[in-house]
Amino acid sequence: MSAAAHGTALDAARAVLGRDLSRAWRRRAEILQPLVFFAITVYLFPLAIGPAEQTLRTLLPAIVWVAVLLSMTLTLPDVFAADHADGSLDLLALSPQPLALLVLTKALAHWLVGAAPLLVLAAAMCAVFGVDAYTLRALMLGLVLGSPVLSLIGALGSALTVGLRGGTLLLALITLPMYIPVLIFGTSAARNASLGLPVEAEMYLLSGLSVLALTLTPWATAAALRARLG
Amino acid sequence: MFEGLHKFASPPHFHAISRWLSPTLYGVSLLLFALGLVGGLVLAPADYQQGDSFRIIYIHVPSAWLSMFVYMVMAGAGACGLIWKMKMGDIVARAAAPLGASFTFLALVTGSLWGKPMWGAWWVWDARLTSELILLFLYLGYIALQAAIEDRRVAARTGAVLAIVGVVNIPIIHYSVEWWSTLHQGPTVTKFDQPSIATSMLIPLLTMTLAFKAFFIAALLVRTRCEILEFEQHTSWVRELVRAEAAR
Repeated sequence: MSAAAHGTALDAARAVLGRDLSRAWRRRAEILQPLVFFAITVYLFPLAIGPAEQTLRTLLPAIVWVAVLLSMTLTLPDVFAADHADGSLDLLALSPQPLALLVLTKALAHWLVGAAPLLVLAAAMCAVFGVDAYTLRALMLGLVLGSPVLSLIGALGSALTVGLRGGTLLLALITLPMYIPVLIFGTSAARNASLGLPVEAEMYLLSGLSVLALTLTPWATAAALRARLG
Repeated sequence: MFEGLHKFASPPHFHAISRWLSPTLYGVSLLLFALGLVGGLVLAPADYQQGDSFRIIYIHVPSAWLSMFVYMVMAGAGACGLIWKMKMGDIVARAAAPLGASFTFLALVTGSLWGKPMWGAWWVWDARLTSELILLFLYLGYIALQAAIEDRRVAARTGAVLAIVGVVNIPIIHYSVEWWSTLHQGPTVTKFDQPSIATSMLIPLLTMTLAFKAFFIAALLVRTRCEILEFEQHTSWVRELVRAEAAR
């Protein structure tokens, strides 16, 4: 089989990305669901804590981070579930293109569909709740740098649990402990920013985690898929 | 030597060897437990600051060490199964997980029991406690994943990927948690930074560590043996074994 007959690896990645995005676009209503979930989760906290505005403003970055984590976890099964159901996942695994690149593309699609809109909504909600500009900037930069890690580790979890009954809960059980470093650095950046302290250290650490996840998880995800598909 | 290793890695031989090896190790561990407990609970002097409360380290420290050691055993065995398609690797990894989770749980509970009189709280958001708790979650995730996949070969290989990813992740989680706790911690001094431990306290501790390790290996062998019999239940050697046992 020559490479020319199948196109290059990048062509394959582009095709996978286009397919995932167009499928998400055809089911636009489903993109909204995690956003609504995110908004409800964030709004539950003021109701639970009480209308103490100062407390809320201090807690809000942490609440936003946890809500982002949970909302992204809910959409994780989508990374491989549909492809597994219609059998195209087997074709991806059998294709001559590097599987690691294809799963990286699928994680990218998940980030574009499941995380990017969340970040926009999170920024809007924080602005509405009166988070100051410097904290908001630190929070958003942290989310932008940290959320790719969530998608990448999530894709790994999704590959490990693909096709299992009760997979969503299991997926959350597996991925949430691995999200802890991102959560720690992201929230501590926002906390430092709210005290007027510099946040470079956290940003560097988050970028480091991102690069590490970007280089390591695709291989693990590919191995997990191969293990699951047998 | 490699011949011996190769034999040990085949299920029937492993089964035969572990049949006499695990009772022996149980015996060794019982002896060491007796020595270590007498040494630790009776002979060792009370700590000048903590009084007799410190004696819980004879359970706590060995289980905390084992909690991490077992994870490495699990990931290592899983990797052997994944990379070299060694069936024994798959089986050992599966058998080790509940043991590791138990040691982690034991370390957390004993730490908590010690923390109440020492720090005045059952739980403190200290880096070590938190990362030990996360380790427990990693074990539980691994066990849940294994339980969810019916095909044992697939379960073993999937679990191995998760365990190996965990090995990469544990240091990252540990250091991030450490960083986090040093950021907003103050009320307690939790670092176990004693310059040295008295010999009369250290020897029972090392004895207990060996006792725990012997116990772990013996329990692992027994669990592995059960897993082998389940895994290989349709093979002729297991059938013959069952027939021989029934005849006896």
